[in-house]
Amino acid sequence: MGASSKSGIGALTPENKRKLLNGVLFAVLCLITVVQIFPFWYLAVFSLKSNDQIYGGNIIGLPTKWIWSNYSKALIDAKIILFFVNSLIVTGVTIVVTVALSAMVSYAIMRLKWRLSKIVLGLFLLGLMIPQHSALLPLFVILRNLHLLNTYLALILPYVAFALSIAVLVLTGFFETIPKELEEAAFIDGCSIYRVFFSIIMPLLAPALATVGILTYLSAYNEMMFAVTYISTERLKTLTVGILGFQGRYTTNWGTIGASLVVAVVPTVIIYLLLSNQVQKGLTAGALKG
Amino acid sequence: MEKLLRNKAALALFVLPAFIIYCAIVLIPILVSSWYSLLKWDGVGKSVFNGLQNFVELFARNTDGFWTTVKNSGILAALSVFIQLPLAMLIALTLAWGVRGEQFFRKVYFLPVIISTVVICQLWVQIYNLDYGLLNGLLRAVGLKSWAQPWLSQPRTALPAVFLPIVWQYVGYHMLLYYTAIKSLPEEIFDSARIDGANFAQTAIRITIPLIRAMIRVSLIFAIVGSFKLFDHVYIMTYGGPMQATEVPSTLMYKTIFRKYAYGYGSGMSVFIILECFLFTLIVQRGLRSREG
Repeated sequence: MGASSKSGIGALTPENKRKLLNGVLFAVLCLITVVQIFPFWYLAVFSLKSNDQIYGGNIIGLPTKWIWSNYSKALIDAKIILFFVNSLIVTGVTIVVTVALSAMVSYAIMRLKWRLSKIVLGLFLLGLMIPQHSALLPLFVILRNLHLLNTYLALILPYVAFALSIAVLVLTGFFETIPKELEEAAFIDGCSIYRVFFSIIMPLLAPALATVGILTYLSAYNEMMFAVTYISTERLKTLTVGILGFQGRYTTNWGTIGASLVVAVVPTVIIYLLLSNQVQKGLTAGALKG
Repeated sequence: MEKLLRNKAALALFVLPAFIIYCAIVLIPILVSSWYSLLKWDGVGKSVFNGLQNFVELFARNTDGFWTTVKNSGILAALSVFIQLPLAMLIALTLAWGVRGEQFFRKVYFLPVIISTVVICQLWVQIYNLDYGLLNGLLRAVGLKSWAQPWLSQPRTALPAVFLPIVWQYVGYHMLLYYTAIKSLPEEIFDSARIDGANFAQTAIRITIPLIRAMIRVSLIFAIVGSFKLFDHVYIMTYGGPMQATEVPSTLMYKTIFRKYAYGYGSGMSVFIILECFLFTLIVQRGLRSREG
C-alpha cells in the first residue's frame, strides 16, 4: 500500500498491476463458466419446448409456451421411469457388492499375515491400466453360454470387477492412516476376526467407503459399452442404453429427448450438489496415489 | 493374536470373493482375447486356428482401414495433450493464484466430468444440429451465416466436432488434478516468490509447473490412454462416420465383433488397444522420469 501511494495515482504500480491482472483473470474465469454452463441451460429450455418453437428460431430463449407434457411423455411413453429403475437396481447392487468385497480384501491385504498379500495387491492395482475392451468379448461369450445375457447380473458382474481396482487402491491407502491399537485391544479382549472386521474396521473405514461408493456410482450409472452390448431387452435397459435408443426413433419430438436427458442427470447433479467435495476428492484419489 | 491373523479360513473368506470375480472378469479375459485373436471364428460355428493371419490382415493389408482409426485416435490424443491440458493448466494456475470465487469456479468447471457421456453426447448432437442447434444458431446470430454447417456429418469437420465435447467435458478433471497438486505445495514457496517480485507467468513457469511434474505425468497418461480407448463419444455422436472420418480402434473393434461377427479378427484389435494403453503408460512414465533425473 505504501509503495502505491508514493508513486502517484493512475500509474501502473505493482499494486495496480496486480489488481488489473486479477480483474482480467476473473473475467476469463467468468467467461469459461458461461461456456461450461450454457449447454445445460440450452438443454433445460430445450426440454420445455415444442418442435414448432425449437424450429422457430427461439434457440436459447425461454419457451414461449411451457410444454411440461414433454416430461410426462419422457417418463411414460419413452419409458424413462423404467430405464431409471433398472439403472438404480444395477447401480445400487454394484455399489453394495463393490464396497463389501473391496473392504474385505483390503483388510486381508493390510492386516492379515500371509505371504502373497503384496502380489495380490499388485494384481489388483494392475487393473487400473486395463481397458474394459479386453473383457467385452470374452465375457460376452461366457454370459451367452450361461444364458445370462439380458439380465441385471450381466452388468453387475463387470461393473463390480472393474470397480475393484480403484476401490482397493483407495481403501488400502486409508488403512495406513488407521492405528492398529484398537484392533489389537479387541483381539486381546477375545473378539473374533469377523467381529473386529465388522465392529471396528468397518466404522473406521466409513469415509473411505463413502469415496468408493461415489466412484462406483459414477462408473456404473454412466457406463455404456457393456450396457449396450449385453442388454437388448427393452424391459432391462438402463438409462444409458435407453437414451441411446432415442436416436432415430423419437426424432419427431425433440423436446421429449431433452426432457429425458434432464431426468437422467438429476440424481448425479443432486449427489454433486450435496457432496461436491467428496466427489472431487474421490475422482482424484487414483491420480494422487498412482 | 498372531495366530488369529494367520487364520486361513478367514483369509479365504475375505480374499476369494473379490479375487475370483476380479481374475475371471478383468485379468483372464486378456489371455482369452489374445487366444481369440489367433482364431478365425464367427462366434457360432467351429473356430479355426489362424496363426497371426488376423494381424497381417489388420496391419499389412489394412483391409478395414485400421491404420486410419489408429491415426484418428492419435490425432485425438495430440489434441488432448496440446489443447486440453494447457487449457486445464491455465485454469488451475489462475484458480490457485487466488481469485474471488475460487470454490465456485472449481465446482462449476468440474460438473460436466461426472455427467453421463451419453447425456453429454446427445446434448452436443443437438448443439451441432444444422437447423436449430446452439452452435449454428449463434453463428447466424452474429452474422456468420455462411459458417453454419452440419459439423458432425462432414468428413472435414467431424473429428474436431467430436473432440470439442471431450475437451468441454474433461477439462475440469485435469484442472482439478493440477489444482490439487498446486494446493498441496507448501505455501512458503509462493510467499517467497511474491516477495522476490515474481509475476504470474514467472511463478508458473519457474516454480509451480516444475514442482507438480508428477501430477502432469499422471494427467498425460489419462489424456493419452483415454484417447486410445475412446468409445462412447464416437459411438454416440457419429458411429465412426462419415466415411471413417471419426472411426477409432474401439468402435471398429465393436463393429467387427458384434456387427460382422468376426470374433478372432476383432479380438486382434482389442489386443492392440490393450498393448497400446500399456505401452504409452510406460513410455510417459519413463520419459518424464528420465528427464527428472
